[in-house]
Amino acid sequence: MDVRLLLDLAVYALAAITVLSAVRVVIGPTPEDRLIGLNLVASQVLAILVLLALRQKQAVYLDVALVYAILGYIGILAIARHVDKGEQG
Amino acid sequence: MIWAVGGFLALGILFGLVGNLGVLRFPDPYTRLHASAKCSTTTVLSVFIAGLLLEGFSVLSGRILVIALFFLLTGPVTAHIIGRRAWKRGVVPWRRPKGRQP
Repeated sequence: MDVRLLLDLAVYALAAITVLSAVRVVIGPTPEDRLIGLNLVASQVLAILVLLALRQKQAVYLDVALVYAILGYIGILAIARHVDKGEQG
Repeated sequence: MIWAVGGFLALGILFGLVGNLGVLRFPDPYTRLHASAKCSTTTVLSVFIAGLLLEGFSVLSGRILVIALFFLLTGPVTAHIIGRRAWKRGVVPWRRPKGRQP
């Protein structure tokens, strides 16, 4: 079996799985549900970026993946602490 | 070696499927957080182990190790922050309705 076919299949499967948690982001009743969905979508997009880097043999995708991970972490932290804050957060 | 890579990718996709179904089907934010935190960590680390096995020792694998270390540090912190926000905002945990046996 070819390696690139295997990585392609994994990318397609992860992209199809991510739709389920994107549905939770859209329909989530509370803001915490949307945050959980966003966190899960960010982690699976990170996995997809690493698989694409392995498929194309280019290290630039991994830099993008590292910056994406850092920005996702800081973004979710900022949303959780400062947006729509009822009490002291 | 390619069978090990395929096995780890399949394991990661299985964990991701279970975690996303849990996030979609569980009844309240705490249980959804439980499903999300465990399954996102295991999915991403399985995919990273598959990548390390595929790549061996190179520039790509070093960067993958750095990303894995960062993700391993920040995943539980994010879950803790979200759960703390839900608890301080007063989200009531789900209980089984009266009169229904499991």
